[in-house]
Amino acid sequence: MIDFLQLIVSGTATGACYALAALGFTLLWQASGTINFALGEMVMLPAFIMLFFIGPAGLPLPLAFAATLLVSLFVLGLGFKRLVVDPMLKHGVIPLVIATLGLSIAMKQGVRIAFSAQVFTFPAVFSQELLTIGGARLSVSDLGTVVVAGGLVIALQAFLNRTLTGRAMQAVAQNRDAATVLGINVQRMVLYAFLINAALAATTALLVTPVYLAKFDMGDTLGLKAFYAAIIGGFNQSRGALLGGILVGVLENLVGAYLSPGYKDGVALVLFLAVILFKPEGLLGKPEERKV
Amino acid sequence: MIRLWQAGLLLLAVVTIYLLPGTLKNYGIYIVTLWAVYVIAGMGLNLTVGYAGQISLGQAAFWGIGAYTTAIALKAGLPFLAALPLSAALCFAVGLLLGFPALRVQHHYLAFATLGFNVLVFLAFRNEDWLTGGTFGINNIPRPILFGWRLRAPLDFFHLTWIATVVMGALMALLLRSPWGRAFAALRDNPIRAESVGIDTTFYTLLAFAIGAAYAGIAGAFFAPLVGFIEPAPFAVTTSLSMLLMVIAGGSGRLFGPAIGAVVVVLLPEWLRFAAEWYLAIFGVLIVVMMVWLPGGLLSIPERLRAARILK
Repeated sequence: MIDFLQLIVSGTATGACYALAALGFTLLWQASGTINFALGEMVMLPAFIMLFFIGPAGLPLPLAFAATLLVSLFVLGLGFKRLVVDPMLKHGVIPLVIATLGLSIAMKQGVRIAFSAQVFTFPAVFSQELLTIGGARLSVSDLGTVVVAGGLVIALQAFLNRTLTGRAMQAVAQNRDAATVLGINVQRMVLYAFLINAALAATTALLVTPVYLAKFDMGDTLGLKAFYAAIIGGFNQSRGALLGGILVGVLENLVGAYLSPGYKDGVALVLFLAVILFKPEGLLGKPEERKV
Repeated sequence: MIRLWQAGLLLLAVVTIYLLPGTLKNYGIYIVTLWAVYVIAGMGLNLTVGYAGQISLGQAAFWGIGAYTTAIALKAGLPFLAALPLSAALCFAVGLLLGFPALRVQHHYLAFATLGFNVLVFLAFRNEDWLTGGTFGINNIPRPILFGWRLRAPLDFFHLTWIATVVMGALMALLLRSPWGRAFAALRDNPIRAESVGIDTTFYTLLAFAIGAAYAGIAGAFFAPLVGFIEPAPFAVTTSLSMLLMVIAGGSGRLFGPAIGAVVVVLLPEWLRFAAEWYLAIFGVLIVVMMVWLPGGLLSIPERLRAARILK
């Protein structure tokens, strides 16, 4: 029972990180119809940028994070939108999917050349202590991750629902033409979505890398899990990502511990397939209408 | 309609490719055979992506199912000519089973479902030791025996694979010229209009997807005896992605697209060995640049040039 509680907490922590990445994915999809397959690499790249700022540049972690955030906003937000997505939107979804694949190869291999294929350790964000609560030993870092990631998701949710800008972004996601008629600056709202995605990716890197360590191909699994999380929770609902992420994180922990480590990734996958087949709009999503 | 000089050119290309590897060493022949295998799988994917307009990210799973089926069948002593249709039929059936629910919902959901399917199949290959040998895979897969003659020499096996590629290509061309093929194109260009003129869109999309899967199965049936040893790694999602890349890079919805695309994906890495570790990074950047400037793929270059000349 105590093991069970520990598994749930650490699963929730991992899941919260998946949720952050998944949230960026759904935001991009809603704002611009971009299916971003470079999702995992967009977390991997900030991790290495941060390592650069900490190592050769010698900055303390908070400053390194701030600098990384700036670089991410500029490169993964603005640059990604202007150089890759904008010129391709008119050609439809498929070329863009391929382009993000190309981008993920380029980022992965670029980092491998710059930093080698080694595994790098990453400074811890939270203290490494274990708290004992009612017999269960819970790590501070797991709890901290849940609080930070969960807090961010909830804050973003509030931003999207309560502020004028957030509601304008939702309007753009629902109907571009109507939003334009209402005088919303559509391009600006789309840019916000890209910037938020970049910020979320940098934050995910900060939370995930101390546990999973930095490696040039760390984005592979992470991207896939975030992708499951986005679909399970609901492609067109931001809060779905949180539910999806935590479900995936907790399930893989429980299955790995109790059923079979080999199929650790399998159960989230089965849930993912079941959602696609029986409730394609996701657990919390609304059905999409067909456009003619 | 095909003009005479085009037919002549095609024949010349087919014969040249048949003869060319005779001048190569064993490794070169292996690479060219691998290229032919990819072309078969790519043709199937092209039907799904280029003609039926659905994104599939699971072609490598079908490729793997075909390869494992053939490997197990050959090890069990079945003749190659029985293992080949078995692989194709199994992939066709699995394609129907997967496609039927996934295609009830439109566009990008097939992409997600196939991606999940690919990961699941990969896990099964890795974990079901009793059937697939797990991470150790299946080794010593025999080369096929045709009419009492074992195709042990790499060149002989290449010739067999190349003949199969040409036959599969011809079948694909016939399919696309048939009323069925027209229905596939109608489906991609405007699914709702296609439905309104009486095309059962779900049926045709499903069929295109399942036939595409069967092509991958056939490609797998040639892959297993080619390498002689199969393990789960080549059938991961990354291969599906590079197969999709191959179709788009060549020019999706064009019969010869996969053949050109497979050059980019299979042969180019070999030629660029001199660039060593830089190769893949450059490759990734090239893909992005190409999608920005040439979303129609390499085979759209002549049209682009013609259009540019008219504009002048």
